[in-house]
Amino acid sequence: MEFFVAQVLTGLANASSLFLVACGLSLIFGVTRIVNFAHGSLYMIGAYTGYSLMQVLPGAVGFWGSILIAGLVVGLVGLLIEILVLRPVYRAPELFQLVATFGVILVIQDLALLIWGPEDLLGPRAPGLRGVVRIMGEPIPKYDIALLIITPFVAVALWYLITKTRLGVLVRAATQDREMVGALGVNQSWLFTGVFALGSALAGLGGALQLPKGGADLLMDFNILAPVFVVVVIGGMGSLPGAYLAAIIISVLNVFGVSYLPESTLVLMFVVMIVVLMIRPYGLFGREEVAGEHGQVGEPERPIKPASNTVRMVVAAGLVLLALLPLYGSHFSLVLITDVLIFCLFAASLHFLLGTGGLVSFGHAAYYGGGAYVAALLVTHVNSPMELAFLLAPVGAGLVALAIGWVCLRLTGVYFAMLTLAFAQLIWSLVFQWGDVTGGDDGLVNIWPAEWLKATTVYFYFTLVIAVSGILILRHVAHSPFGYALRAARDSERQAEATGIDTRKVRLLAFGFAGFMGGLAGALFVFSKGSVFPNELEIARSFDALIVVFLGGVKTLAGGVVGAGFFKGIEEVLIRFEYWRLLMGLLIIFVVIAAPDGVVGSLRKGLERVGLRKVEDQ
Amino acid sequence: MKRKTFLKTLLGVATLAALPLAKVAHAEDPIIIGEINHYKRLAAFAEPYKKGIELRLKEVNAAGGVLGRPIEFVFRDDQGKPGEAIKIAEELMTSEGAVMLTGTILSNVGLAISSYAAEKGYVYLASEPLADALVWSAGNPYTFRLRASTYMQASMLAEAAAKTDAVKYATIAPNYAYGKDAVAAFKSALTKLRPDVEFVAEQWPAVFKIDAGAEVQALERAKPDAIYNVTFGPDLAKFVREGTDRGLFDGRNVYGLLSGEPEYIDPLGEEAPEGWTVTGYPWYDLDSGPEGEFVAAYQAEYDDHPRLGSLVGYMTVQSIVAALEKAGSTETEAIRAAFEDLQLATPMGEITYRSIDNQSTAGAYVGTTTVRDGRGVMVDWEYKDGADYLPSDEEVQALRPAE
Repeated sequence: MEFFVAQVLTGLANASSLFLVACGLSLIFGVTRIVNFAHGSLYMIGAYTGYSLMQVLPGAVGFWGSILIAGLVVGLVGLLIEILVLRPVYRAPELFQLVATFGVILVIQDLALLIWGPEDLLGPRAPGLRGVVRIMGEPIPKYDIALLIITPFVAVALWYLITKTRLGVLVRAATQDREMVGALGVNQSWLFTGVFALGSALAGLGGALQLPKGGADLLMDFNILAPVFVVVVIGGMGSLPGAYLAAIIISVLNVFGVSYLPESTLVLMFVVMIVVLMIRPYGLFGREEVAGEHGQVGEPERPIKPASNTVRMVVAAGLVLLALLPLYGSHFSLVLITDVLIFCLFAASLHFLLGTGGLVSFGHAAYYGGGAYVAALLVTHVNSPMELAFLLAPVGAGLVALAIGWVCLRLTGVYFAMLTLAFAQLIWSLVFQWGDVTGGDDGLVNIWPAEWLKATTVYFYFTLVIAVSGILILRHVAHSPFGYALRAARDSERQAEATGIDTRKVRLLAFGFAGFMGGLAGALFVFSKGSVFPNELEIARSFDALIVVFLGGVKTLAGGVVGAGFFKGIEEVLIRFEYWRLLMGLLIIFVVIAAPDGVVGSLRKGLERVGLRKVEDQ
Repeated sequence: MKRKTFLKTLLGVATLAALPLAKVAHAEDPIIIGEINHYKRLAAFAEPYKKGIELRLKEVNAAGGVLGRPIEFVFRDDQGKPGEAIKIAEELMTSEGAVMLTGTILSNVGLAISSYAAEKGYVYLASEPLADALVWSAGNPYTFRLRASTYMQASMLAEAAAKTDAVKYATIAPNYAYGKDAVAAFKSALTKLRPDVEFVAEQWPAVFKIDAGAEVQALERAKPDAIYNVTFGPDLAKFVREGTDRGLFDGRNVYGLLSGEPEYIDPLGEEAPEGWTVTGYPWYDLDSGPEGEFVAAYQAEYDDHPRLGSLVGYMTVQSIVAALEKAGSTETEAIRAAFEDLQLATPMGEITYRSIDNQSTAGAYVGTTTVRDGRGVMVDWEYKDGADYLPSDEEVQALRPAE
């Protein structure tokens, strides 16, 4: 019993920071519909700022004052981010802002490194709260008790703000219907800015409050991201009581997990999330989303049509140039272009889901890495010949995608995206954990192509043929009856159903097909590198593809491929600079603001405007 | 629609990649060594390591270089991604004119480069990665490893643990390959020395995501006599703080793998744990002999104290220079052959790259932690020669299936 109580108290204390960060995120999403991936970065700035202030301000007043000031500072940072980065892109397709927040993450990472240096900072102790109190004989750190008191206080303050003040009324109204709020004469821009700043300040507070239990380091932005999203999704996006309850559930379960299933710590919260979403598709306190996630904001999408003869000839000429690369390029350029081609195929497969299918998958790395692992496992464990492993890899990835799609397609919008993310994380942790079979994070090595493919030039041609065919097939399918059915399901589910299209089946097939193509890219990858590690399954890998698809242009057929080629190429150049993440982040933000239709879409519009290109029929 | 843009980009990249091709080696040109590391991802570890390399390079080149040519390192950042590291390896060897590869701290990146090196026939000196697999289960003729491995360092701690009366052990290690290897090695070495010991709890926090309060409670609940810790970085700081607060370490022997290395113990400041038996690097006590000379030279050069990585970087250059001199050429096969049974003097003492498994016999310092002048240090330390903590030749041969 004593042990049980002590564990619950530890869990509740842990919930404190998590709740503050999560409720900020939930608030921002509820009002602005922005999935703010930079929230972890705001939390990190809060921790670093709090640390720096505590070095200067003395005593207990200084300590608690530092935490408050850190919150204010981060609120100010949030204000700037909202005004400078997000405001210009509210009119862009939904989830495009997500890419902007990604640019912000990169910028903040390098700025933090510049300002605070690489070494981990150990958080200062809270003055007067060192040591433990004994509760039923169990030692509980005094600072944990302080957190136990602070959190409900903040929660109540927020509750008061939201339910009892005029600002709260506006926020609630905006959460329900932001157009209506605008129509009633409320200045939406400032409401959005205010809410974003408030959410950021809460993240900053969370970062500063956890200092005595940890510290500040450069990895904490990504480390908090997964649990915070899990909490927000379980609680219901936009719901504060939901975030509070979910933070407590996750934290307390985690504490018990540590004691009774010590190896479960990687997966536990994702399992909880999947279970909750199975029972309550919109989280504990969430409501079904009113607005769709795709194609309903901004101008209507243009009908797609086959490429014109000019475009075809240009592409053919380009392919010939690529095919002749071994004649004029260096040995290394072959390796580089092989990588770029593989990435283009991966991005194109995601683009098919996102653009043609309107299905925003946050976990596409599961199929890319999945394909790579299927091939690697076959080679490692059954000594399968390379050719067979290569053929089975996309099949395996496609099957995984079908299984995941079968579950996830019950949901829509952000919840769908989050569920795909959770499944990708499950697969990642399975591979990470199951060392005997998958090699854990030491990966699987010595996965080399067959003798006839070993030479770099030969493998380059192999990749060129497979990747280009894959991309062309993806493009062709978009124009096939299946592609039409898929787009019908995306644009108007009810009309599609009424014309006799089984939308669920069509989407599921699309999911499997995109997974298959992602797996094909993964198979090309693993044999070009000779090894595969769990990082090919990570969230970051999924986001690599997401970013280029959005930046390339979701609403254009070539967006995925062009985005991938363009940004992979630029990354190759930037990476040679020391602060390349800063540059890359700024570039992403720039593209998001300057080209809200993506590179391809904006280029097309630009050409039309200057009359170089015929305006297409609407 | 605009496949044009895509192709243009590809071509741009291709031209860019083709540019450095023009380099052709001349006798007076420097010998280039390709160095791949996680300069951004693990900056606190990689920077001191790089400084160690640069210090030795300066010394070597001032004394006339190697084989009559200066020696130069090309440093490249892989962001801690194995796939990226392999691409860079290829670029270094084929475009930059490197004669061999070295670097990495993370074991998985080391393993990726090692596998690639064997496939392509490049020599790779794995300076810092600790995974046992690198020289054993995934070992190959082209990969050599400098630093004392997980197995060796865990065995050193097990030897110290076996001398105490403790029988009930609990372990806490990050939930990934390094943590698993470190616990398995400690268990097997300790059980061999003391068959009566018992492992009563194993905790596996996710790396850099420790829930320290809960882990400490779980360890306390098992009531062990001694604790074996493998956590590091921010995890270690949180674990030590919660553990100290909740009295976990009172009256218990604690063994910390690598916990005495400045990279790990310095950030803890005055809250560094006291009385732990650890492997590490007591640079502050080294003032004579080759070890002291290195510390003095490093402090004179950088106005900062060396970390263990600095010493490893320094020894990396020493090893490569010794191999090049022994090889008498920069041909891969000659360098590879030269590394086998290569002997050289380092600040740690004489080391040998064993031809049986390509592991060097560099050892580690084992001592007890305490707090002095507001920071964690090791006292009563002793240098343990790595050669004494490796399995017998028969066992090693069985561990290397590739040969």
